Amino acid sequence: MELFLQFCINGLMLGMMYALVAVGFTLFFGVLDVIVFSHGDTVMLASFTGLGMYRLLEFFHPGLGAGWVVFWVLAAAVAVVAVLGMLTARFIIMPLRGAPALNTLLATMMFGTALREAVRLFFPDGSNPKPFPRLLPDWSAQFGTLNLRFDNLVLFLTGALIIVLVHLLITRTKLGMAVRASAQDAEAAQLMGVNFRLIVLVTFALGSAAAAFAGVMNGLYYNEINFNLGLMLGAIGFSAAVIGGLGNIYGAICGGFIFAFLQTAGVAAMPFASAYKDVFAFGVVIVMMALRPTGLIAEQSSRRV
Amino acid sequence: MRRRSRDLVPPGPAGCILLALCLLGWSVLFLKAEEQSHILVYMITSGMMVLVAALSGLHAGISATVQDNELTWDICLILVMLALLLIFCDDHYTLFLLGTIMIYAVTVLGLNVQLGCAGVINFSAASFFGIGGYTAALLSGSGLPPLLALPLGGAAAALTGCVLLLPMLRTSGHYAALVTMAFALLFRVFLEVSEWFGGPQGLPVPPLNLFGTDFSKDAHFGNLDVSFYVKYDAVCLVLLCLVFSFVRRLERSWIGLAMDAVRSDETASACFGINIARWKIFAFTTGNLLAGVAGALYAMMLGYISPANFAFADSLLFLSILLLGGLGNSWGVIPATIFVVVVPEKFQVIQEYRYFIYSALVLFMIVFRPAGLLPRTSRHYFGRPA
Repeated sequence: MELFLQFCINGLMLGMMYALVAVGFTLFFGVLDVIVFSHGDTVMLASFTGLGMYRLLEFFHPGLGAGWVVFWVLAAAVAVVAVLGMLTARFIIMPLRGAPALNTLLATMMFGTALREAVRLFFPDGSNPKPFPRLLPDWSAQFGTLNLRFDNLVLFLTGALIIVLVHLLITRTKLGMAVRASAQDAEAAQLMGVNFRLIVLVTFALGSAAAAFAGVMNGLYYNEINFNLGLMLGAIGFSAAVIGGLGNIYGAICGGFIFAFLQTAGVAAMPFASAYKDVFAFGVVIVMMALRPTGLIAEQSSRRV
Repeated sequence: MRRRSRDLVPPGPAGCILLALCLLGWSVLFLKAEEQSHILVYMITSGMMVLVAALSGLHAGISATVQDNELTWDICLILVMLALLLIFCDDHYTLFLLGTIMIYAVTVLGLNVQLGCAGVINFSAASFFGIGGYTAALLSGSGLPPLLALPLGGAAAALTGCVLLLPMLRTSGHYAALVTMAFALLFRVFLEVSEWFGGPQGLPVPPLNLFGTDFSKDAHFGNLDVSFYVKYDAVCLVLLCLVFSFVRRLERSWIGLAMDAVRSDETASACFGINIARWKIFAFTTGNLLAGVAGALYAMMLGYISPANFAFADSLLFLSILLLGGLGNSWGVIPATIFVVVVPEKFQVIQEYRYFIYSALVLFMIVFRPAGLLPRTSRHYFGRPA
């Protein structure tokens, strides 16, 4: 029973992280009909920005309070990644609007590879896994053999809060209405006075900011980051968004948790072959694509975000 | 001015021979160079020459001469390759490089059938390449003749590809891209953790053996040492010639036309009675078959394979070659492969940065010149229009 609960907690943590990444994929797809594959590497870059900020703080303000450290690490990650998202939109996605979908996908893949390689080559000793500092207090509560960590709870609740905020922003505000209008029909939205280019930039900043949280969360959860994690996270986020049905935020969240469930179930069901968990999870994704070609919640042409 | 520089290249077979001689001299100079500074100078000069040729209209003369005398040009190129093999017959490293170029070119030609002709997205070319290689490794204990590893590797890759057919045909666009991407990641992880396939360490591969000659031993003719790579390169050359002419003929045939129609507009081609699923399956399987054959030969030439060679990044590398050369243009594949394989190997300074440079380069290419360096031209069935 304890083991089961432990698996559940792991699965939920992973699922939250994946959902945050998948929300970005699905937002971009909703507004511009593109897959931005470099999104996973954006997450990786957020982790590294956080780490870099932490080292700077350690160097210039050694005695800074823990709360402020967390704040500045998050702020740096969100700011850098949001600007990067807007630059991606402005200089890669927008110029390729008339091109075939495959070109955009390839271009963002190449951009992701460039980001990955840039971190590997130019971050100090970037090719080796880096320890990520424990920024949150390591209190934990013991229930029998079950160990409930305080920082996990904080991470999970923060993730949930961000998803709820993104959701409220999209459904309840005027800005969100403009985003939804652009997603439905860019031309009609422009005729109604929506500044389409601005909305695209805002959407990319928003999606990337969610990814920044996922990146810092990833560092705090595993306490180790690696230049390579973006590829896997990108593929997982993409899979999660596709399983849920591209362009649908609820679908992306479900997809994230489904993928995490698959991985955890893979470990739980086959403890003798836990290394095969990704093989299992991606295998299920392929089978799922054969059964439901446009995701569990089928893509709707009229309403996407 | 334009007219005159165009006429600098003599038309007819003589022009082809002249071009081939220039190419041979240049490649020998480049491959012989060891000093990094010399290599840099060679690369800059080549770039300048290409630029000057493109600006002055000389390239129009070159391409006209080549297109008018395709047979002569093909023979000239094969002779250039054979001459290179002779000149570098004791240089293991250069010969290995030449073999790698030819094998990569075969794989990219397969990818060209998939993506360039039928528009089938494949992000797992390196995986099918790897399946061929692992087939060659696993056949070592079976007692079958090693040459059989080539067709069997291709067959294994094609059969594995069939597993992906159903999800590939049912999905389209981004969803289809995900299927092959998931497969590429799955395959790499599978190889790393599977004991049977040697895990991260990989497996040794037995050398090729043809007509009783062992391909892993050097030959001696008098006081001339001939590297064993010469034999592999000869096999690679034969394979490349066969595959190249096959792909060219495929493009030119009604099959190529049908595949082009499927790529450009599925609905319209279905209205004209073209069976979309059939040609997608054909293109996907053919491409995987070629990748598998190439992978088996590569594994035997290398003598050893490990999962590190078949990562997602390598699939992207194959795709980059195709896009650099020009999607759909078989002729573009050769210079693009040479560029991508040789430059980082010779110019060691950028070896570490190569994936970074390629990705940035291809990114610029997609944004600014999406048709590639040598864009595909339309077919000319009845001679060249004046």
